[in-house]
This record gives sequence, structure tokens and C-alpha cells, in this order.
Amino acid sequence: MSGDASLRTASQRIAWRATIILSTLVFIFLMAPILAIMPLSFSSGSYLTYPLPGFSLRWYDEFIHSARWMASVKNSMIIGVASTVLSVVLGTLAALGLAQWKSRFKPLVLAIVLSPVVVPGVITAVGLYFFFAPIGLTGSYSGLILAHTALATPFVVITVGATLQSFDMNLARAAASLGAPPFYAFRRVILPLILPGLASGALFAFATSFDEVVIVLFMAGPEQRTLPREMFSGIRENISPTITAAAVILTTVSVILLATMEGLRRRNERLKGNSG
Amino acid sequence: MTEAFLTRADAPTDVPLKRRLKRAERARQFKALSLVLPLLAFLLFTFLGPIAGMLWHAVDDWEVRQVLPHTVAALAAWDGKDLPDEKAYAALADDILAARAAGTLAIAAKRLNYAVNGFRTILTSTARNLKAQPEPGTAKETLGKINPAWRDRATWAAIKGASGPVTSFYLLAALDLTRNVDGAIVAAPPDQAIYRDVFVRTFTIGLSVTVLCLILGFPVAYLLATLPAGPSNLLMIFVLLPFWTSLLVRTCAWIVLLQSNGVVNDSLRFLGLIDAPMRLIYNRFGVYVAMTHVLLPFMILPLYSSMKAISPAYMRAAASLGAPPLAAFLRIYLPQTLPGIAAGSLLVFILALGYYITPALVGGGADQMMSYFIALYTTETANWGLASALGALLLAATLLLGVVYGKLVQGQQVTGGMKN
Repeated sequence: MSGDASLRTASQRIAWRATIILSTLVFIFLMAPILAIMPLSFSSGSYLTYPLPGFSLRWYDEFIHSARWMASVKNSMIIGVASTVLSVVLGTLAALGLAQWKSRFKPLVLAIVLSPVVVPGVITAVGLYFFFAPIGLTGSYSGLILAHTALATPFVVITVGATLQSFDMNLARAAASLGAPPFYAFRRVILPLILPGLASGALFAFATSFDEVVIVLFMAGPEQRTLPREMFSGIRENISPTITAAAVILTTVSVILLATMEGLRRRNERLKGNSG
Repeated sequence: MTEAFLTRADAPTDVPLKRRLKRAERARQFKALSLVLPLLAFLLFTFLGPIAGMLWHAVDDWEVRQVLPHTVAALAAWDGKDLPDEKAYAALADDILAARAAGTLAIAAKRLNYAVNGFRTILTSTARNLKAQPEPGTAKETLGKINPAWRDRATWAAIKGASGPVTSFYLLAALDLTRNVDGAIVAAPPDQAIYRDVFVRTFTIGLSVTVLCLILGFPVAYLLATLPAGPSNLLMIFVLLPFWTSLLVRTCAWIVLLQSNGVVNDSLRFLGLIDAPMRLIYNRFGVYVAMTHVLLPFMILPLYSSMKAISPAYMRAAASLGAPPLAAFLRIYLPQTLPGIAAGSLLVFILALGYYITPALVGGGADQMMSYFIALYTTETANWGLASALGALLLAATLLLGVVYGKLVQGQQVTGGMKN
């Protein structure tokens, strides 16, 4: 069924063409929003319509010189980096433990560890709001960092766990039998081998926090508004072209994350190919 | 390695090897568990605890108990058939005076107002007109004079119903049910019975989006799985890039595209297909478009991996045995994609059920889903009981489907992120 070569009959050719046409339409559907919003951010006019009156960078200029937008970028970075670090530490430890732990409770523990991904955002947000408000963790960076870490850690557990599946635990035992202290063995033997999984877990974790808005809506005070939160109010109130500039900047970050991820995946596959 | 372990000087030689191995294995298991514990403890504080707290709020009934403690105690023995006795009236007068002094009456009034509309007025008017503790034996008469509602059995039944410590009131309300004056479960009055509609709407939107994703995702997954690796990887970018783009960016972009003077309307007008702009956003259509766009990659990726695993040899075998292409597709290919279809559909459906941001931004009032009402009751009206009860029902539906999904993809790698 691969390519035109094996297509024998006219009906198969028609089916294949229909697949291509339908897929093309879906690809257009998938890419249209991103492609449509990009040029608008470079418009010299203040209406979000085509044709563009001219080219300018005024909306980027406005974005950079707006205290509100810049504060939101700073908040997103603080919360994103802090929760990434926390979730990488917690998630990697847990993935290492889960890889060696044999118990009938393992599926249950795994389900608990992964559940923040499945539970609807509003439920997590409401629960956290009730729980954190009495102890003063709403309207604080620490509250948001803790909440985002809970959401992001499952991705680290998944990606590091996937790398560990192809990892030979005897290597760690060999290091120990040769006299390596546990932490030294981890740093020199385990860490280099699971690094690709750890890095993509970290990227996933950062992207999760960077894109999260429901918990921020409930828990952030005016001081902690993140970039998506600022966009949310922007869309609610009126969409100014400054938002399109913010959108393009966010998309650029996504593209960088995606490209890094893809590079890591390829590297990982190469490594796997070499070892087995 | 085993040798090094056996010849260690401090290993007592009279212990059988089997037991020593077992002991070493147990130590290893303990060490493994201790690596998982920090995350479990963390999640207990930042996730499991808060969710358990929310579930508790759905049944917790503390307000009346705390503000009107004597009344609650006096009503404990009341059978609810007739008006309560003088003792209950005296206790209520006591409690109201104390609550007025402490400024806590509004807490109980808010809770009782959920049960009987207008209860707030009954309590505040009573508190305003009750000058002092009535003479012994006259409490029933005094309160009845201040507000005739105290001569109504339903008023007292409401207090007894809200006496706690736990209540089914919010969970029943979330199902459009309530208790009548005799404590029997009956349908809620029509002006309060809106949540079944919200459930049906949430499931309708979830199901429609799932079907849309399946229809749009199947040919794409098929194309990606069939093409050679080079072009396939290139086209995969078109799936992954939107997947990684911020939800807010995509929602914002759809508003720009679909608004009345947006790109879509302008193009249709330019082509002469329409005269006046169509309403494409802030309605159900906009919700379907934006949600399908966000969730489509979650359908394409599992479909793609299930199709990728199908060997082309099967189809060739079917063809060589004389099966017509359509029959071969329906009877050989399609059944093998069923696990992918099931996993993708379930994943999309689960994620769609919890959607909040997208409908809130591109939907109208009649397109808001469960999550919207949970958020509304939490932050706007501060009816935490009802918010939690709705949350508990949504959580139950999600977890149930999540367990099915877990069984389905057991052994398969879990992919994807949570975007809503």
C-alpha cells in the first residue's frame, strides 16, 4: 500500500487521491490559524483584517515597552523554570524508583502519578484554590510553582521512564560492584544514558507550565499574571494587534521547543540503534 | 559481580544464599520505593489533597451547625411531622441573638437560602425585629409574629435538612434533584433545574468533537502511515506544530479568522458565496471548530501509531487472494486500526469533557460546558458546595473513562499533553 506503485485498480487510485485531497484540507485547517495570525502582527494598521495597510513593527515595539506584557513574560519564565526544575528532580527520582520497583501496587501508584494529566484543569484548579487559600498560597509564586509542578511531573516520569525501559540496570549494578558510591554511579553512569529522556521531559514540563492558564486564572494575584493569562484577558476584552505580536512570540517559543524535542528524539533513536 | 557479593568478609556464611539474596532484593525494593515517595508526598499536598478537599466540600454542611448550634440540637429529635416544640423556638431565638452579636448570621442565611429561596430575608428580618430573648414559653408566639414563616413546617424542615454534618443537598442539586418538606427526593423546581442540560450539552459537545476529530484525523493518519518516511516526517510537522502552539494563540487566531470581518467571511464574500457576513464565532460552530482544532492531534497520533504497526503484507495477501480493495480495507485494514480508533476517541472525549478556556472564549452563553459552571460557582457566587458537587460528577465521569483508557493502552506508550 505504499505510494502509487502498488495501486492497481482505478478505484484504489481514486481512494488514494481522495485521501490526499482530504488530508491536504485538514493540513490547511491545522495550519490556517497560525499562518493567519502571523502577518497581522506585522501590520501597520490597528485592525485585524486583511489586506494589510502596510508593514511595521509597531506592535512588537508596543509589546516590548508595555510594563504589563513584560511583567507577564517575566512571570511565565520564573514559574516555568522553577516548576521545570522541581518536576525534573521529582519525576526522575520517581521514574528511577518505578523502573526497579516490583509490586502489585505499582499500577495504582503509576495511575496516581499520571492522574494530573487526565483530571480536568478546572477540577485541579478549584481543589487547589480551596486548599491553598487558607494557607496563604493563592496569589503567590510558590503556590503557582507547586501547582504547575504537579501538572508537569507526569511528563517527566513518562519520558524518563521510556528511556529507562531500554536502559540495562546491570550497568548500575556493575558500577556499584566496582565500588562507585550511589550518587557517583548515578552521575557518571545513569545520568548520561537517560539524559535525552530527561531533557525532553524537561521541555514537556516547561511547555506545560508556559501554556497553562486555568490554574493561573484561579490562583494568580495581579502580581503573578503570566503571558497566557494576559492573553486571556486581552482576548476577553478586545483583541488588539499587540496580542498577535504576543502570539507570534509564543509560537516562536513553541517552534524552538518542538525543534529541540525532535532533535532529541532523533538522537535518542540513533543511540538506541547503536546499542541494540 | 555475584562473586564479589559472596566473598564479602562481613557476610555471615551460615545464612543460606537464598535468604541473603532475598534480603538483598528486599533492600533494593525498599530503595526503589523510597525514590518514588518524594513525588507521592508532593502530589498528596499539591494534587490528591486538594481534590479530596473538593470532594469533601461537595458533602460538607457546616454553616448552620456552627451558626445555629442550639437550634440544630433542639431539632435533632424533631420528627418533622408537625411544627417543632417551644424548646426549638427558644433555641432559635438564642442562636439568632448570638449570631447577630457575632456577625455570623449571613453565613447561615446564605446556606439556608440555597435550600429555600428567600430564607435570607426570613433570618435577617427576624434578627432585626427580635429585641431580646423572649419570655420563657412565648418564643413560638414571638417568632411567629415577627415572621409568619416560622409557623411554616417547611422553614424548620430546611434548617433540619441543613443541620449537617454531611449533606446530599449539593450532589442532588447537581442532578436537578432536591428534597421536599418530608425529606423525599423529588425533581428540583424548573428555574434551578439546569444541570442535566449542562451535562447533556457537555457530552454532546464532547461526542461531536470526537466524531469530527475521527473523520478528519483518519485520512491524515492513513496518509502519514502509508507515505515513505521522508515526506511523512515532513507532513508530521503540520500536526505537531499546532499541537505545540499555545492554546491561547490558537483560540485568538480562530477569533481573528472567524469574526464577522475576518478572513473566512471576507473570502466567502469575495467569492460571492454570501452577501452578509455569517456568524461563525461566539456560538456552537465556533466552539466545534476551535475544539476540533485543538484536539485533532490527540486523535491523529494514536491512529498513526496503530496504522504504522499494520504490515502491508496483510493487504497484499488479501489482494492476492482476490479480495476487492474495499472489502480488503473494511475486513483486513480497518479492524486492525480499531485499538487506535478507540484510544484516540477516548482520549479526545476525556479531554473535551473538561474543556473550559476554549468555550469560554469562543462560545456563547448556551455553549458553556460543565467546567464553566464549576468555575462560576467557585469564583463568582462562592457556592463552593455546588461547585464541588458538579466537580465531583465531572471527575467521576473522567476517571471512569480514564480507567477504560488505561486498560486500552496498557503496554502502549502514553503520548500527548493536556491542553485545555
